[in-house]
Amino acid sequence: MTDRLRTDLLHLGVIAALVVLFLTLPTYYAGNLSRIMVLAIYAIGYNLLFGYTGLLSLGHAMFFAAGMYGYGLTAQLAGVPALPAFALGILAGAALGLVVGALALRTAGVAFMIVTLMFAQAAYLTILHFGTYTRGDEGFVVPSEARIVFGIDLSGETERFAAALILFALVLLATGRLVRSRLGRTLVAIRENEERTRMLGYDATRLKLIAITLSGALSGLAGAAYALLFGYVGASFAAVPYSIFPLLWVLLGGAGTTIGPLIGVFFMFYLIDTASGITLAYLLIVGVALVLLTLFAPQGIAGLIKRRLPWLP
Amino acid sequence: MPLTKIDRRSTLLGLGASAGALAMGTRFTHAQSAAPIKIGFQKHATGIGAAYGRWYDATTQAAAARINEMGGINGRPLEIVIEDDGTDPKRGAEVLEKFASQHECDVAFGTLFSHVVIGSAPRAGELKLPYFVVSEGHHVASGMLNRYTLQPGITDVKSQVQSMAPFVANNLGKKVTMIYPDFAFGHDHRDYFSAAIAAQGGEVVAKIAIPPTETSFTRYFPQIPRETEVIYHVMVGPAVLTFVKEMGEFFGPSRPEIFGFIDSLEAVAIDSPGLEFLEGTYFWEGAPRHAQANQTEYDAAFRAAVGVDDRGASVDDPRDISTYAHMFGCWDTLNVIKAGMEASGYRGPGDRAALIEAVEAMTDMPLGMDHPTGAKLFNGKTHQAFGEQHISRVEDGNLVVVHTASIEDGLYEDEVDYTTQSF
Amino acid sequence: MEFGPHLLLAVLEGLVTASILSLTAMGLSLVFGVMRVVNVAHGEAFMLGAVLAWWVTGLVAGHPAVGFVLAALTAPLIVGALAAASDRLVLKRLNYDPDRTIVATIGLLYIAQQTTLMTFGPDARPVEPPFNQRIALPWLERTEEGWTWFYPWGLSITSYKLFVIAAAAAILVAIWLVITRTRAGLLMRATQQDSETAQAFGIPVGTVYSVVFGIGAALAALGAVLVVPIQQAHYLMGGEPLLLSFIVVIIGGLGSLPGTVIAALLIGLSDGIISVFFSPTLAKIIATLLVAMVLVFRPQGLLGKAQT
Repeated sequence: MTDRLRTDLLHLGVIAALVVLFLTLPTYYAGNLSRIMVLAIYAIGYNLLFGYTGLLSLGHAMFFAAGMYGYGLTAQLAGVPALPAFALGILAGAALGLVVGALALRTAGVAFMIVTLMFAQAAYLTILHFGTYTRGDEGFVVPSEARIVFGIDLSGETERFAAALILFALVLLATGRLVRSRLGRTLVAIRENEERTRMLGYDATRLKLIAITLSGALSGLAGAAYALLFGYVGASFAAVPYSIFPLLWVLLGGAGTTIGPLIGVFFMFYLIDTASGITLAYLLIVGVALVLLTLFAPQGIAGLIKRRLPWLP
Repeated sequence: MPLTKIDRRSTLLGLGASAGALAMGTRFTHAQSAAPIKIGFQKHATGIGAAYGRWYDATTQAAAARINEMGGINGRPLEIVIEDDGTDPKRGAEVLEKFASQHECDVAFGTLFSHVVIGSAPRAGELKLPYFVVSEGHHVASGMLNRYTLQPGITDVKSQVQSMAPFVANNLGKKVTMIYPDFAFGHDHRDYFSAAIAAQGGEVVAKIAIPPTETSFTRYFPQIPRETEVIYHVMVGPAVLTFVKEMGEFFGPSRPEIFGFIDSLEAVAIDSPGLEFLEGTYFWEGAPRHAQANQTEYDAAFRAAVGVDDRGASVDDPRDISTYAHMFGCWDTLNVIKAGMEASGYRGPGDRAALIEAVEAMTDMPLGMDHPTGAKLFNGKTHQAFGEQHISRVEDGNLVVVHTASIEDGLYEDEVDYTTQSF
Repeated sequence: MEFGPHLLLAVLEGLVTASILSLTAMGLSLVFGVMRVVNVAHGEAFMLGAVLAWWVTGLVAGHPAVGFVLAALTAPLIVGALAAASDRLVLKRLNYDPDRTIVATIGLLYIAQQTTLMTFGPDARPVEPPFNQRIALPWLERTEEGWTWFYPWGLSITSYKLFVIAAAAAILVAIWLVITRTRAGLLMRATQQDSETAQAFGIPVGTVYSVVFGIGAALAALGAVLVVPIQQAHYLMGGEPLLLSFIVVIIGGLGSLPGTVIAALLIGLSDGIISVFFSPTLAKIIATLLVAMVLVFRPQGLLGKAQT
C-alpha cells in the first residue's frame, strides 16, 4: 500500500468513525461532534501554518473572527443569503491572512508571534469600536433565514451534523493531499531549514505567504461555519484565548500531523467537559493535565501514535 | 478566607435543600411523579462574571430551599443542576445542550452576562428549552432572541436608564457627561439615556467610551467638559474601583454632581479605602443594598434566607459584599417558574410550551415573599419584567434611598411580540 | 481641559504605566534572554504578587505603610520561590523545549488562576496606599499681565503615583548594577550568551536557570505590589501585564535591558498620548498597530542586534 493510499484510507476511516459515533452516541455527545468538527477545522488551519510551515502565530482568532463576521455581518446587515455570505466569510479570512502575512512575514520567530498577537488585538478592538454594527462584545444572533442552505435549515441537529461533517471531511481530505503535495513538502522543508530551501531556489517568502493565506481561509471557514451552525456572532471569539486555543489543540493533538488537530480538540473538549462535571475547580484539573501531558507526551497524542505508525501523515 | 466560607455555606445550603427534599419524601408522594423538577443553572463560576455568579448561586439555592420547604412545584421537589459557563458565550451554549440532553432539565435559568445570554439563546430555541435569564440586558425585549427566552425577574437596562432621567434632570443637572465601557452594555446606556435626558430637557455634553481592557483612567477625564453638571458613570469589571478612585483624585475638592450605576460597585464595600469621595454621590440600585428605614418584612426575610446582613454583606464575613442590586432576580425568577408550572399543570418536557404560555399570561407580580424586593409588571409580549428602580445617595457611608421611580416611569413601547412566534 | 495640561496629565499617567510595565517586562526579558523560553504564566506571577500583597497587608494592623513594606518584602520572595520550584519540577524536565514550555506554562497559568479563585475569591480587593496625597499641578498661561502660573481644573497627580515612578526607577538601576557589576550577573550573562560553553566552564546552568526564573517572577510580583494600591488585586488581572510585557520585551530587542526600558516608556506613553487625540478605543487600535509596525520594519526590535 502506498502512503498516499494509506493516508486517504485513514482519513476516510476517521470520517466514517465520526458518522458511526453520531448514530450511536447519546444525544448530548452526538451533538458535541458538530462543534468539535468545526473547531477541528480551525485547528487544521492553524496546524497548516504552525505544524507544517513552522510559523507560530498568536493571533489566529482574527482569522476565525474575520470568517465569523464576514458571514454574520453581511447576513445581518445586508441580508445576503447563507451561501454567498458564507463564501464571503472564507474570503475575509483569506484576505486578512494575505494582508497580515505580507506585513508579519518580514519578521520571524518571537517577533512574528508578537506582530500577529498585536494585529489580532487591533482586530478585536476594531470589532468593539464599530459596536453600532457589530454589537461589540455582546454580539448578535444570526437571522434564521441566513442559516438555510439549499432549503435545508441547519439549525436542526442532524442537518447541523451533516453540514459540519461535509465541511470537515473536505478540509481533512484536502489537507491530506496538500501535505503530500509538492507545496506541502516544500513548506515542511521551510520549517526544517529555511536557508537551505532558499538555496535550492524556492521563494520561501512567497510560499509562506501562501501558507498563511490558506491558513487564514481555513480559520475563516471555521469561524463562518461556527456562526452558521450555532447562530451566534460575538467578539469573545476574537479575543486572546481563541488565539491560544488552536495552539494548544495542535500541540496536544500532535503538530504537523493531519489528524492531530481533531484529536487535540476532542481531548480538550472532553477534558473540560468531564472535569467540570466532577468539580467546579475544573480549570485546576485542566492545568494539571496540560503539565502532565507535556511531561509525558512531548509530541502530542498523535505523536505517540506516529511512533508506532511512522507513515502517519 | 472569606470565599471558602461562602462556598462551603452555599454548598451546605444545597446539601440542606436536597436533604430536606429527601426528608420530605412523604410530602411529595401525592403527585403523579415524585421525580424532581430539574432546573439547569448556568453559573458564572469562573471568568469575569465570577463575583456575580457566586451570589446568584447563593440566592438561587436559598430560593430553591424555600420552594422545597413549601412542598415543591406541583408536589415535586426542585433540583438545581449547576454548570459553569466560564462567562463565555461558547461554553454557555454548550452548557445549555448539556442541560437539555444530558441532565434532562426541565428549564434553564440564571444567566447574567449579555454575551452569554445571546450566545446561548439560539440553542435554547433550537433545543426547545425554556431559558429564563437574569441579565438586565435589553436583548430579550428588543426582539433579538426567541420565544423560549424570557426575563421575568429583573428589569432591563433600557427601562432602568429611562426611569433615572427625570430625577437626574430635575435634581442634579441638565448637562450630563457619560462615562461608560466601550461595549454593548455601555452603548445601551449611552443611547437610552441620551434619549431619555433629552426628553427631560437636558443634554449629554460628552460621551466618553472607555476601552474595556483599560486598567487606568485618569488620562480620559480631561475630556470631561467644564460645563458638565452631572457625571453619569457605569463601569463594570474588576477595574471599577480604580475608576472611581481616580475620578475622585482627578476632581479633588471641586466635583460636579455624580450619578452612577451600582453595577460599578457590586460586591465592593462602599466604604473601601479610596472611595471616601463617593460621599454625597448618587447610585441607581435595583434593590437597595443597605436596609432602609422603611424596610419591608419581605426584604428582611429575603436577606435572612440568602444569608446577607443589613448592609448587604455576608452574615459570615462583613467584608464580603453581595451583588444585592441584581441577585434578587434569581429569587424572583424561580418563583415565576414555579407559578408558571403550577398554572400550566406542568408535568414534563412535553409541557414546555404550555409553561411559556402560562408565564406569558402573567402581568402583575405583587410585592410579597415571591417578589421580596418589590412588585413587578410582566409584559408577556416582550417577555420582559418591569420593576421599581431606586436612586440612593451615599450619606456617612450608607446608601440611602432618596427617590424611587415607579414602574410606569420605566415603561416603553413594545418592540416585539414573541407570542406571535411559533414554538 | 486645555491641550497643554491634558498632554501633561497623559504623560504623567503614561509614566506610571511605563514604570510598572518596565519592572514586569524586565522579569520576562531576563527569563527570555537567559533561558530562551516563553513563560506564559508570567502574568500570573504578577497576579499572585498583588493577591499576596492584599493578604499580607490584611495580616498587620496599624499604619498602612507597615503592611505595604512587609508586602513589598515578602510577596516577591514567595512568588519567586514558587516560580523556582515550578522550574525545577516542570520546565527542567522539558529540557526547556520552546513549544512544550508554552503548553506547560499555560497549564501553570490555569493552576495559579483557579487556586486563587478558590482561596482569594472572584472579587477585586483594594490595598490601602502607604500615603496618598492629591497634588494639584500648576500650568503656565499667557494672560494680559504676561505669563502666569495657575492650577488647571483636574491637573493633578498623587504622591503615591510619584513614588511608584521613583521606586521603579531605583529598582531598575539596582538590577542593572547587579547584572553588570556582580559575579551573579556575570554568571547570568555567560549563561545567556552560550549555555553549553558556560556549562563546560563549570557554571551550574541548572541553578542559574532556576534562580533566573525565580527572579523574573519576583520582579513581576514586585511590580504588582507597587501597583496594587492604585489598581485592585483580582484573579484575572494577569492577562494584560503578560501581553504588554511580552510586547515590550520583543520591541525593546531580545535580551537588551535598556531596550526593554525604552520600549516600556514607548508603550506606556504612546497609549496615554494618543488618547489625547482620538476617542479611547480608536486610540488603542492606533497605538497597537503603530507598535506592531515598529516590529514589522525593525524585526530585531529597537536595540536588538540584526540577525546575521
